[in-house]
Amino acid sequence: MFSPDAVLVILGMAAITYGLRAGGLLLGGRLPREGPWARALSALPGVILVSIVLPAMLSEGLFGVLAGTLTALVMLRTRNLVVAMLVGIAFIAAARWAVGA
Amino acid sequence: MADASLPKAYAWDDVRAGFRKTVPLALGVASYGVAMGVVATTKPITLAELLLKSVIVLAGAAQIVAVGLWTSPVPIAAILLSTLVVNLRYILLCASLRPVFEQRSLWQKLAGIYLVADENWAVTMAEQRRRPTQPGYLLGGGLAILVFWTAGAAAGYLAGNEIPSPSRLGLDFAFAAAFVSLTIGFWRGRGDLVPWCAAGAVALGVWWLVPGPWYMVAGALVGAGVAALSRDREQEPSDVQS
Repeated sequence: MFSPDAVLVILGMAAITYGLRAGGLLLGGRLPREGPWARALSALPGVILVSIVLPAMLSEGLFGVLAGTLTALVMLRTRNLVVAMLVGIAFIAAARWAVGA
Repeated sequence: MADASLPKAYAWDDVRAGFRKTVPLALGVASYGVAMGVVATTKPITLAELLLKSVIVLAGAAQIVAVGLWTSPVPIAAILLSTLVVNLRYILLCASLRPVFEQRSLWQKLAGIYLVADENWAVTMAEQRRRPTQPGYLLGGGLAILVFWTAGAAAGYLAGNEIPSPSRLGLDFAFAAAFVSLTIGFWRGRGDLVPWCAAGAVALGVWWLVPGPWYMVAGALVGAGVAALSRDREQEPSDVQS
């Protein structure tokens, strides 16, 4: 059921991941509350998302860029996460089906 | 704890609200869990090991990479190194959670930070943009991810290749669609334009040129750096609650 090596590597993965999470939170708490560090920290959520989203769209090629743009437009109009996600997913599925991928 | 007016860190209502708001994204996470489970059936990893990993690591991308690397004997060093690299972004994600954990004790922080995945982080930060949000909301979202991710992994492992591939239904795009939508809510005004463009340009450039997940950390660091250097934001309220 469990091999010792597997358990060891899983515990190691868990320790590393938890360490990065806890380390990040404690580090963030120690950064100054004003000035450049505070500006950097409050800008982080937006710039992290941009850095995740653009490559995720482009890695799906033209359809990914179109589906991502459509998703963003639907979100801007409806402000409804579920609707925007469903439109994006339906678009990419339909586009792939149309080209027989 | 010192502040009597501080709401409970882990109130049941907050946990439930966070869980509910994260479910749409957790459905996407479940489909990656299925994909990982299917791949795992071709590897010398048992179902018990796969589920243990899902519950105590709870980091989708790192786990998928680890399953891909899994052989017998287990390549311990390679898996641990890739876990470190793939999950480096959590330092930045969790640092940005500061306003959610404002004035919380060390124990409340250490407990609440365990179940942080990309999805419940993003949902919680979006909520925090609207109103002060407590750690329970983040935890509730984390529980949603945990349940759907583990259930997806088990389903994929047990059903093997009988499940239609998620990409036929467009479900592999769920992550991108969710994060595009959430990004919209983080736009704070024209001051964000230059940092966002810098982050996007660097992320795309690094993604194009350097294999591996470095692009996220590189783009985020450069974007935050540009924001730090911009002077005109000095007067704007920061996200720290006062």
